[in-house]
Amino acid sequence: MDPVLTSPAHSFFLFIPAALIYLLIPLLGIGTFTFIIARRSAPLIRSKPDFRWNRFFERGVYTIKYWLMQYKQPRYRLAGVLHILLFAGFLILGIRSISLVILGFYDGFVFPGLDGWIGHVYSVLKDYMATIVFVVVVVAAIRRLFFMPARYRVPEKYGKDHTAEAILVLGFIAILMASESLFEASQAAAQAQAGAAAEFIAPLSLPWFFKIALLWTPLESLQSIHLVSYFIHDVTFFLFLCFLPMGKHFHVVTSLFNVFFMKLNKGSVKPVQWGVSDEQLDDLESFGVKNFEDFTWKHILDFYSCADCGRCSDNCPANAAGRPLSPRFISIKGRDYCFKHYPLRGDFVSHEPLMEGTYEDDEIWSCTTCGACEEECPLMIEYIDKIVDLRRGMVDEGNVPQSLQKPLRALEKRGNPYGKMEKKRADWIKGDGFPEDLQVTILGKKETADTLYFVDSVTSYDDRIQEIGRATARVLFAAGEDFGILGRQEKDSGHEVRRFGEEMLFQALRDENTDAIRNSGVRRIVTADPHAFNALIKDYEDLPRVEHISQVMARAIARGKLNLKAVENPELIYTYHDPCYLGRHNNLYDTPRDVIDAIPGLRRVEMDRCRDRSFCCGGGGLMLFYEPVEETRMGKLRVEMAKAAGADVIVTACPFCMVNIEDAIKTSGLEGQMVAMDLSELIAAHLNG
Amino acid sequence: MEILVCVKRVPDSSENEIEVNPSGTDIERDDLVYSVNEWDNYAVEEAIQIRDKVGGSVTVVSIGDEDAEEVIRREMAMGADNGIHLSDESFEGSDGRGFATILKAVVDQGNYDLILTGAQADDGAGQVGGMLAALLDYPYASLVNLIDVLDGKRIKVGREIAGGHQEMNEIDLPCVLSIQTGINEPRYVGIRGIRKVASIDIPIKGAGDLGVGTETIGAAAAKVKRQDYFVPELGEGAEMLEGSTDEIVEKLIELLKAKGGFK
Repeated sequence: MDPVLTSPAHSFFLFIPAALIYLLIPLLGIGTFTFIIARRSAPLIRSKPDFRWNRFFERGVYTIKYWLMQYKQPRYRLAGVLHILLFAGFLILGIRSISLVILGFYDGFVFPGLDGWIGHVYSVLKDYMATIVFVVVVVAAIRRLFFMPARYRVPEKYGKDHTAEAILVLGFIAILMASESLFEASQAAAQAQAGAAAEFIAPLSLPWFFKIALLWTPLESLQSIHLVSYFIHDVTFFLFLCFLPMGKHFHVVTSLFNVFFMKLNKGSVKPVQWGVSDEQLDDLESFGVKNFEDFTWKHILDFYSCADCGRCSDNCPANAAGRPLSPRFISIKGRDYCFKHYPLRGDFVSHEPLMEGTYEDDEIWSCTTCGACEEECPLMIEYIDKIVDLRRGMVDEGNVPQSLQKPLRALEKRGNPYGKMEKKRADWIKGDGFPEDLQVTILGKKETADTLYFVDSVTSYDDRIQEIGRATARVLFAAGEDFGILGRQEKDSGHEVRRFGEEMLFQALRDENTDAIRNSGVRRIVTADPHAFNALIKDYEDLPRVEHISQVMARAIARGKLNLKAVENPELIYTYHDPCYLGRHNNLYDTPRDVIDAIPGLRRVEMDRCRDRSFCCGGGGLMLFYEPVEETRMGKLRVEMAKAAGADVIVTACPFCMVNIEDAIKTSGLEGQMVAMDLSELIAAHLNG
Repeated sequence: MEILVCVKRVPDSSENEIEVNPSGTDIERDDLVYSVNEWDNYAVEEAIQIRDKVGGSVTVVSIGDEDAEEVIRREMAMGADNGIHLSDESFEGSDGRGFATILKAVVDQGNYDLILTGAQADDGAGQVGGMLAALLDYPYASLVNLIDVLDGKRIKVGREIAGGHQEMNEIDLPCVLSIQTGINEPRYVGIRGIRKVASIDIPIKGAGDLGVGTETIGAAAAKVKRQDYFVPELGEGAEMLEGSTDEIVEKLIELLKAKGGFK
């Protein structure tokens, strides 16, 4: 193919060989980009360590799933599909754009491997991809400007919305697509006019339309279009590259790393400081995040990676209830702080207290650690560990709401947040209507059992929740389990104590429980409290196997050990509310549903928000004591969702869900129309015989 | 400003089920958990905030057996600079005046501008603060819910009056103030905070160290003696309304109307 038009590399600009300019532009662009990245890396280097250099195979698989395959994107259908197309375009057209840049000073450059038939296939592919990206950009711009989803809005206190930046970037992409296509189309049109051979242009693609439009354009004009479009592409490419690290589009650069280094142990909480053992904690001068530099490098990378898509806040129950927390702004404010204190030019301003001006106390205490935000984030940004670290910092400064100080003190003194006497911890086994012949064993020096039923504080002491304890015990008896409880030896699992930032108190509780459990000689632990379940699995070490009661029930039903009778009133419609610490944090979605469905004749519907999109009831443990600033209660919103699904009975599998939902049924005036029931209570009520 | 705060270790009423012992002389103390008296905790927080604003130091003093050290340490973990533990067999059985006498000796040994006590203790009679001021011949303000430091010689104190009214007074230093809860939001002290001050030495002082004559304190000198201790019998007069929520509300409105509480 003999080119009819002069190529950019052979053209001149005012007697200067353009090749020189086209060599300088990439040098300048790459130099600037490297400088920006170096400046942006500074806070990461000054931050706290974070151990992510492990389990590389797993990380590789997740990177393919979440980054390359964009697994979470379609959870929001339209935005997700648009993003997948854009992302695919970036990957495919990246090669083309880079080879175009090189063509500016190295005429006839072709990437190795792209010279044969693969090159032709690629050429067709990129023509269509450029077209798709161009159309997506137009659709995205229209959507942003005229049909903006509510989740993109920026509340007044957080400044202006980010539409301008979004449109600017869409503009960059559109210019890149158009100039690349024009560059190719002008060449093809010139070749066609001269009757010379030309590179095949995929029909109905953007360059194809341009080519037709340019077929009757004079050759001199085509030459100009060819060179000018090249110039525009070259300059835009590097402007875009250097603009990326300026805001939310930094994710284009950081996402690969952010996903690769994602948190692997869901439901766990990071140690106070990586590399510092529990025994060395007393030597630490400070706990948690007080200054920006107290965040780990991964958490700062999270700030850089936030694409401002708003999915976290859209799913955040605290945000929905009008609490002063929007996870999206945990990231955005973190990034704004970082950009301001670590500017591209000038001195870094480090070690300023973060909680003054960046985050508010109530904002940080508002989180129930339900994990809805993390479940939704396509970039695998973490929030719970940051919230916990910020709380650790506040606890260390003594900055704890009065409403939480009392239960914390009681936990320290009595091992439960209510300040009830230790000797009364097992009183629930002697409750009203509990069959006298069912004697729950209290494990000790003489009494042993195969299985420990870990009850935890709320089930031990709360009058209403004690019924869940008794129902659980009845089910365990019915299933023929050899089990016992720790009685006064048991302390609060400390699940929320840790997540509210009181690490040392948590460790004290954990150590006492660990000793008691190990001394009891049991071979398995069963609990009906998902918070205890999560704590025993994720926060404790070297314990016997831990199971949730739903797993025990499912197995007993499958083996025919639990005989269930038909539902009494087949008219009633049941729905299952996924507790956060059973579902999202431990992936137990189907087991409790299987148990419910084992009751003959029971009709069950799903709420819109179920399984990994379940909506937190309001939180457990210490969250029951916290007095949040809010417009409505999460439990109320959840009950409304159950009502919308047409449910008469909300079945849950967590004592705290029971407290919150039962409360919400009352405050919503739905008493008599709707009931809440624990899974254990449901099964206990349907035991045959 | 040099500030002395008097604190007391008491059984925490929210974390205990208080029962009277069979002989009716005291409460059952076997299974009790103790903490710093709530009002005193507010006083220490206030002292720390004043020190942080104008400088000086905060000293916490407590009378009691070896267990009292625990609350002194907790208050030092909060931010108090020094602790003094007053412990002597001769202190046992003192009445309010006896305790005030012991505390006066501590004040005399120091150079304090401001002495704070809690307005009362969970298990006390709210008398030590006033008596201490009288013994010292210092000005005294009780139930203080606001402190404003004016200069080195005077401070402004606020007091809440029934009905939500607020009174402001100027008072000369040195003085004694009894502090009401709600004056501030006391900071949280965790296990970590206490461990940080675990190795700080807290001097123990007895009657001899203070120069207090044992004839002025202890059970022998007490002019108030406890005669009896019991839980009053539940009286009549409470009427439990029964029925559905609506019915209860209706009955309550009727009752309120009948008794003139509702027009």
